[in-house]
Amino acid sequence: MLKFFARRLLLAALVMLTVLTISFALTRLSGDLAISIAGPEATQQDVDIIRKSYGLDRPLVVQFASWVVDAAQGDLGRSFMYHEQASKLIGDRLPVTLRLGLGGLLVALVISLPLGIWAAMREGGPVDRAIMLVAVVGQAMPTFWLGLLLIIVFGLKLGWLPVSGADTWRGFVLPCFVLGFSAVPSLMRLTRSGMVDALASDYIRTARAKGLSRGVVVLKHALRNAAMPVVSISAVQLGFMLSGSVVIESVFALPGVGYLGWESITKSDFPVVQAVVLFLAVIFILLTLLADMMNALLDPRLRAS
Amino acid sequence: MTISLRNLSTALGAFIVLLAAFCAVFAPLLAPHDPYVQNLDLRMVPPAWMDGGSAAHWLGTDQLGRDYLSRLIYGARISMLIGLATVVASGLIGTTLGVLGGFFGGRVDDVVMFIITTRLSIPFILMALTVVGLIGSSLTVVVLTLALLLWERFAVVARSTTMQVRTLDYIAAAWAAGCSRPYILMREILPNIIHHLIVVATLEAALAILLEAALSFLGLGVPPPQPSWGLMIAEARDYMFFSPWVIMVPGLTLFVLVLGINFLGDGLRDVLGATRDA
Repeated sequence: MLKFFARRLLLAALVMLTVLTISFALTRLSGDLAISIAGPEATQQDVDIIRKSYGLDRPLVVQFASWVVDAAQGDLGRSFMYHEQASKLIGDRLPVTLRLGLGGLLVALVISLPLGIWAAMREGGPVDRAIMLVAVVGQAMPTFWLGLLLIIVFGLKLGWLPVSGADTWRGFVLPCFVLGFSAVPSLMRLTRSGMVDALASDYIRTARAKGLSRGVVVLKHALRNAAMPVVSISAVQLGFMLSGSVVIESVFALPGVGYLGWESITKSDFPVVQAVVLFLAVIFILLTLLADMMNALLDPRLRAS
Repeated sequence: MTISLRNLSTALGAFIVLLAAFCAVFAPLLAPHDPYVQNLDLRMVPPAWMDGGSAAHWLGTDQLGRDYLSRLIYGARISMLIGLATVVASGLIGTTLGVLGGFFGGRVDDVVMFIITTRLSIPFILMALTVVGLIGSSLTVVVLTLALLLWERFAVVARSTTMQVRTLDYIAAAWAAGCSRPYILMREILPNIIHHLIVVATLEAALAILLEAALSFLGLGVPPPQPSWGLMIAEARDYMFFSPWVIMVPGLTLFVLVLGINFLGDGLRDVLGATRDA
């Protein structure tokens, strides 16, 4: 058990270090960073000043090392555009993205769990096929387009919900739905296949043979076993949702972390871009770590392998 | 009943994909107008069946007076190219990694798993946006970026299927017959996992097409004036409140093509007996 956790932690640390390297290398992709910061109208003298003041004249290895040390202390650099710490900018926008991500996850679970269970109980029948068809159709839906359509219908034609903004909870209804909807197909498939396996197992036959009602068997015995992978995938899914929120946030003009990232990319605000990429990656790494640990605690079989 | 319904969706999917391929190849012959020519006198003409529509512009015109149908037809070139090129490139990367990890196991497999885990941890869309934003947007950059980011499902499926195949008798027979490692990898393993990879390829093509549209929608994909469907939606966005059809037409086209590819992929999976995720 301890060995499993240690291995898993080591992997997470290695991945984290690699992501740090990649996000550092990213901003060097554009060639000379000092020229990019200075802008098209800068003179050579301006570029030299910037190169010196940002420490870009130091060897690359030194720059990387100092960036890693700073990042480890929570200092992700200063924004060129806002003249504030990138970590503060992310912190300010985090509540919006978290609300969006958690709301989206809730929507996804509320839709996919019952439908997945229902499909599994009717495996191979018309209900199952209809539900699986919904999954295929949902997978083909471009999320940003779905968002725009819902804005037209609910925001404009019906006037029920605001079309943008994060001032009230009503502004989150459509974005959460769209984000949640995008995760429904995979979560639904997973619930279904987990339930199908569970329903076919020996302990279900035993429970049925004891004369327990169908509802008790499905909800208490089968679901408990089928839910495990769903719970751990939900953590991973939340990570995907938080990092995928950039599209939804820009459709609904929600000032979240993804929107900040997009805005910084279009304005060449490199430190913030770097910080957002790193931040979302770290969240994802922590969520998958959590999911794996949870799985190992719940299912002793996994620890052995 | 089961079989006929499945066949129906597979046939429908194949038809949609073939139609899109046909449009992509013969776009210059099929398009009624030049997709790039602007006509500021004929801006936002609605589709022919709506009030104010005209038979000359069957699906209407955009905010610059360009023929919507012609742009859609040329847009098929971009989507099909993205789907194909991304899948070929990412398929090569992912399959190589997965087969090596699955075949050799041990340290090699540890490294492959580490690469896959790292890739999964990187926020995909943001990373793609960043790369395109830094290097500059063009079709080639979008294809390369997507290819470098989309290989992980190929790797996961290639790895797990290789692990299953590796232990089978005919591989042992090949070893016994003195076949070399490369021979076994290329001639014994690969042909026996390829059907799984074909199914992954359809899913990844659909995903790549959706992602290109999303990147272009965010202004960091295929640059204007190219008729990318995602870009068309972005350009039409300011007008959608008064004329919803401007986002309906390209959005629906995108949706139908991706749905078609998914239908085809599901059908292929049943025919080839492959797994979806492995």
